[in-house]
Amino acid sequence: MSEFNRFLGTEKYIASEPLRNAVNVAIALGRPLLVKGEPGTGKTLLAHNIARALDKQLITWNIKSTTKAKDGLYVYDTVQRLNDSRFGDRDVSDIKQYIKLGKLGEAFVSDEQVVLLIDEIDKADLEFPNDLLNELDEMTFFIHETGETIRAIHRPIVIITSNAEKELPDAFLRRCIFHYIEFPDRRMMEEIVHVHFPDIEENLLHEALKKFYRLRRIEGLKKKPSTSELLDWIQALIAGGVSQRELKSDLIFVGTLLKNEADLLCLQENEIV
Amino acid sequence: MFIDFFYTLRRNGVPVSITEWMTLTEALSRGLADSSLDTFYYLARSILVKSESYYDHYDLAFEECFNGIENYDRIRAKLRGLSEEFPEIREELLNWLRDPINSAYLSEEELQKLPKMELGELIELFMKRLAEQMGRHDGGSKWIGTGGTSPFGNAGQNPAGIRVGGTSRNRSAIKIAHQRKYQNLRSDLTLDVRQIKVALKRLRLLSKSGPEDELDLEETIDQTCKNAGEIELVFTKGRKNVIKLLLLMDVGGSMNPYAQLCSRLFSAANSSSHFKDFKYYYFHNSIYEHLYTDMARRERFLTEDFLRRFDREYRVIIVGDAWMAPSELVNRYGAVDYDDVCETPGIIWLKRMRDHFDHIVWLNPEKRDIWDRKSIAMIREIFPMFELTLDGLDDAVKELIGRR
Repeated sequence: MSEFNRFLGTEKYIASEPLRNAVNVAIALGRPLLVKGEPGTGKTLLAHNIARALDKQLITWNIKSTTKAKDGLYVYDTVQRLNDSRFGDRDVSDIKQYIKLGKLGEAFVSDEQVVLLIDEIDKADLEFPNDLLNELDEMTFFIHETGETIRAIHRPIVIITSNAEKELPDAFLRRCIFHYIEFPDRRMMEEIVHVHFPDIEENLLHEALKKFYRLRRIEGLKKKPSTSELLDWIQALIAGGVSQRELKSDLIFVGTLLKNEADLLCLQENEIV
Repeated sequence: MFIDFFYTLRRNGVPVSITEWMTLTEALSRGLADSSLDTFYYLARSILVKSESYYDHYDLAFEECFNGIENYDRIRAKLRGLSEEFPEIREELLNWLRDPINSAYLSEEELQKLPKMELGELIELFMKRLAEQMGRHDGGSKWIGTGGTSPFGNAGQNPAGIRVGGTSRNRSAIKIAHQRKYQNLRSDLTLDVRQIKVALKRLRLLSKSGPEDELDLEETIDQTCKNAGEIELVFTKGRKNVIKLLLLMDVGGSMNPYAQLCSRLFSAANSSSHFKDFKYYYFHNSIYEHLYTDMARRERFLTEDFLRRFDREYRVIIVGDAWMAPSELVNRYGAVDYDDVCETPGIIWLKRMRDHFDHIVWLNPEKRDIWDRKSIAMIREIFPMFELTLDGLDDAVKELIGRR
């Protein structure tokens, strides 16, 4: 049991019990952990905090719409090699020097276990996750140019986040541990705010949370405010020296919570003040 | 018991595979479940369920398999937690306790005191009743919420979502599973933005276009060799989606019930960045002389201009219930809007639309069962019509991609 229950959250990051469980299962079984959830519920931060809590290095692979699976493994710099062949600067018969490892490759060859964050995997092409299946399963890949096989020295702890913009393929999902980060309830949210603002006045916090949850319950908001926006808002409230009474009568700094015009209009119609 | 769980999950529609089952077995054999049902619930969920839309199915299956094992502390905690967010819980509790079926167990004195009780007391009373009822009866009419009127009944659809036992199935059951708080994440019930987006993603035709900014390696090597080693970089055009999409939406009265569905479709299409061009317009009932860019402010322009402006390459999706008095479709001056003077009947306009564009479909939020109504049938003759559901959308996309 000592192997298990390793990740318990950090002083800056409150992880719910199911989430802790999922993380630890993923670590114990050596499977990638796929995290989904509303934007702003701390999916990316999770990886950072796992790295911190377990005192491991974090390697982040940010996925963009143009990212190819191969980019994460290695890049073969052909143009450089062609160029060198022309001027004879380097020994071009040594292909190895033109192979640059990608983030996944880096994580594999690292001397100690690292945390690898594959951020926003759904941004990439639909086929992207399938192309990584074998690499994540076996934790090895093959470099065609040199005939070399890169094998993970220590299986990295892989955290994958997704905003569900695209559905992920079944074959990929089957290999993952999955967790959906729920929106924190009020009690948990209080804890989270306390972690970030230990000195916050209780009255202000209560009023702010009351307003915040009421705001979230308005039907028809395009983008419901999330944890990160709440934290920004509270910071603004504290910095602005807003008192509980002022907040009670008016939603101050609402711009930190609602980010588009339609939502602000919607708020006016609903008049939650 | 565990094998049963596997099949119960599958029967409940959770797509569990053997691979995942083996993973769970491995986890269990390593003692990761900690011999606790709670931990097991989360452990199994994180391994077996791969989308939050199946959390609800999972809850149902779990409840079916493992009922009668948990205690009441969890409901109590849940009630307290919920009451902070939903003040109306107190009312619900009161109502439940007052219900003749339940109040039969309360003394006169207790009944009198009910309205004045603190929330905490109410919860305690509720828990006591719950425990007594569960102890005394093996089902039957005195069970909690058999009438389905209270939020705690098995038919309760309260947003707070507490379900405390069904009549015969559960005695105490697993409360976490029982609460079914993931109910609104089920994907078979509604079409959400993500799913629409995924369906729309398939609406693509790749072709080489744009600036020449990708290195063509093969060609570069060829050219370099021909150049006797002098490097010659050859660039090529990237492959881009060339689909241009027009979305025309009916926003009239009869479409109001589907407003949310339509706005989901709209936001999915609008935020899908892979179209070469995307434009949207509104109309009311049928397309007449004008199309609207903003219905509320009545900003509009001539449909003729619309046809001139967009070439036949554009893919067109029309969303509407197509349900109106036939006169609104075939009569001159048939438009219901008084300021839309339409000399040409709507049906002619619709035919012009069809003749102009190569790919055009009609999505109808109304169920297929009523598609034999006059106006719908008439419009169906003009356009390929699909239901505004995920399957319908898939088929519509196929139609839009298909060669003409």
